[in-house]
Amino acid sequence: MNAAGRLLGGARSLRTRLLVAFVALGVSTAVLVAGVDYVQARNIILQKTQDTAVQTMTERIETLLPLAGLPPSQAELDEIADRLSDPDNAAVALYHDRHSTGGPDPDTLPWRLRVGVRDGRVVWQRVSTKGNPVLVIGTQVRLVQRDGATLPSGLEIYVVRGLHLEQQSIGRLATQAWLSGAVALVFAVLLALLAGRGVLGPVRELRRATNRLGEGDLTARARVRGTDELADVARTFNHTAETLEQYVGELRRMESEARRFVADVSHELRTPLAAMTAVTDVLDDEAQRLPGDAGQAARLVSEETHKLTRLVNDLIEISRFDAGTATLALDDVDVAEAIRATLRARGWSERVQTDLPLGVVARLDPRRLDVIIANLVSNALQHGAPPVAVRTLVRPDQLDVEVSDSGPGLAPDVLPHVFNRFYKADTARARSEGSGLGLAIAWENARLHGGSLTAANRPSAGAVFTLHLPRPDHEIGDTR
Amino acid sequence: MKPDVENPAGQLADTRGERVGPGRGWIGAWSLGNAEIVRPMSRVLLIEDDRAVRTGLELALTRQGHAVDTAGTGEQGLELLRITPPDVVVLDLMLPGMDGFEICRRIRSAGDLPIIMLTARNDDIDVVAGLEAGADDYVVKPVQPRVLEARIRAVLRRSAGGPAIVGPPPVERHGDLTIDRAALVVSKQGEPVSLAPTELRLLLELSATPGRVLSRQQLLALVWEHNYLGDSRLVDACVQRLRAKIEDDSAAPVFIQTVRGFGYRFGPL
Repeated sequence: MNAAGRLLGGARSLRTRLLVAFVALGVSTAVLVAGVDYVQARNIILQKTQDTAVQTMTERIETLLPLAGLPPSQAELDEIADRLSDPDNAAVALYHDRHSTGGPDPDTLPWRLRVGVRDGRVVWQRVSTKGNPVLVIGTQVRLVQRDGATLPSGLEIYVVRGLHLEQQSIGRLATQAWLSGAVALVFAVLLALLAGRGVLGPVRELRRATNRLGEGDLTARARVRGTDELADVARTFNHTAETLEQYVGELRRMESEARRFVADVSHELRTPLAAMTAVTDVLDDEAQRLPGDAGQAARLVSEETHKLTRLVNDLIEISRFDAGTATLALDDVDVAEAIRATLRARGWSERVQTDLPLGVVARLDPRRLDVIIANLVSNALQHGAPPVAVRTLVRPDQLDVEVSDSGPGLAPDVLPHVFNRFYKADTARARSEGSGLGLAIAWENARLHGGSLTAANRPSAGAVFTLHLPRPDHEIGDTR
Repeated sequence: MKPDVENPAGQLADTRGERVGPGRGWIGAWSLGNAEIVRPMSRVLLIEDDRAVRTGLELALTRQGHAVDTAGTGEQGLELLRITPPDVVVLDLMLPGMDGFEICRRIRSAGDLPIIMLTARNDDIDVVAGLEAGADDYVVKPVQPRVLEARIRAVLRRSAGGPAIVGPPPVERHGDLTIDRAALVVSKQGEPVSLAPTELRLLLELSATPGRVLSRQQLLALVWEHNYLGDSRLVDACVQRLRAKIEDDSAAPVFIQTVRGFGYRFGPL
């Protein structure tokens, strides 16, 4: 992978990558085109200048001929130089070690040029003296003999021509090249942004729709624009979302039907159970007097009626959570007093240790708090080992109630499932005394309060269930 | 350790007990239904449409020593009410024809007869509507006979006047409100106010300690004899009804004031 590729690949956002690609393309094209143009134009300008200058010089030299005689006098050298000079050209005439005065210093002339001139050629060279570009043209006047052959006369003439006008033209060309590069850059950026919007718009739209879908809004769809590949993707997305919505809708419908069925069944069971429950006391009383099997049967029916009632009540309770019809009947409750009442009402006061700071008032549903605490304590008493302890921890914005026991604790594979409905850690036991819904109901009740219920093992030993209740700033009223 | 749990509601030990003195404490009455406890026989009107439930409850209440009249419909119940006036009505809310709420309203408009609602669905809306219609208490079906019995005895104690109040003078004046604790008569500007037993008991408890705040749970224990965490909506509904009868403006109560975060308070005037 080359450097550009790495740069493109390394850039995180599609927009940046597009921008970089467009700018690289635009600038390299501009540089190439403008650069080639510049070099060509520069060469043409210089070539033309040289040709013109050389031609002009040779023509002018011809007007000086024929020479008065060799060797030329100092005055003749000066005159030659003077006649060849003008504001643009400075000339110097050399004859061996003499040269015209006032013109350029012969020592500053490039030696290669002088070697060429000595050989009898017309030579020229561009040199830069003190930062100014100049064209130096040199030639040697040749003598023509009668037979037509020519001889070097030893008279060398150099003309130094300033190139500042041409330099200016070339400078303008360079500026133009830079300018066109800059314009190309701006265009490239604009085009990249435009193309980015064209491509990124649909991408952003897709992302928005995907996010909404991810957040559970199954009605999320992407707008389809055009017929390009991105539109195809949007269409595919919409199709997928539609199918998903259908399936989820179907699943939800089936689930709610199943739940409604449970609720309906529970309600239907309640009426006969109400009749049966009404007479369990009669059965209990009479069982003592009934002989043998009949008494045992009566007791069994009474006991199982209570269990069935409990199960049906719990099922109805949980269906109300599922249906979303469970509501809070909030009251300002002294938490310590409420927990004590729960323990007292079930005859657990002696069996459970408490650490309940006085005067903690929380706004909650006392009946539901009772259900939560009773389920947790009952669970600890049944499945943990004594001592079972209840304590409250008051935090600034939260109230925690911990129910702990000193049993073996919960197995790690059981821990995530303790609040599942009808979850039984010990599958060997066919039927428990409880409905199997107690902890699930406690969990739902905690959630209804905007709190949570967690299960964990204590570092020492035993399980600890913690009820976390949010506690908004309690307004203190008049306590007179 | 097994995480499945025994539903504690089902094994709720019945600790409703006999009250000694005005809210001074409780002693356990574990032997409800035991023939050794002597109590006056009371007449219960049971209005319940399901034959089996009706029969079962009739059987249980009769064994508890009540005289039970039963009705399968509301209309029949109102008819019986006229012929043999009961001490307490146990009323199913879901009835064919005239429903429980309507019967509740009719009984309440006619007098102070205590009403206990029997609700098959533990529907909050049902409970609230029933309490607004004037019911004194409610139980959720299936109900254990001893629980229903305890509630019946609690409302009966309220209408019977309850234990003698020791301490404050029998006739108190609070502004234009006069409370005669001995005769159990409340009058406003000289006119007697007709209060249901629960409303009267609530007013007596609150006015016994003017200026002192009683929490809903305390009031549930004092008035309804629910000595475990009860439904505070019972208190709120009863306070609403009471305010409608004794306050000039229910929205700006003078006698029964709400103390946010704590409960209710009588006065101060």
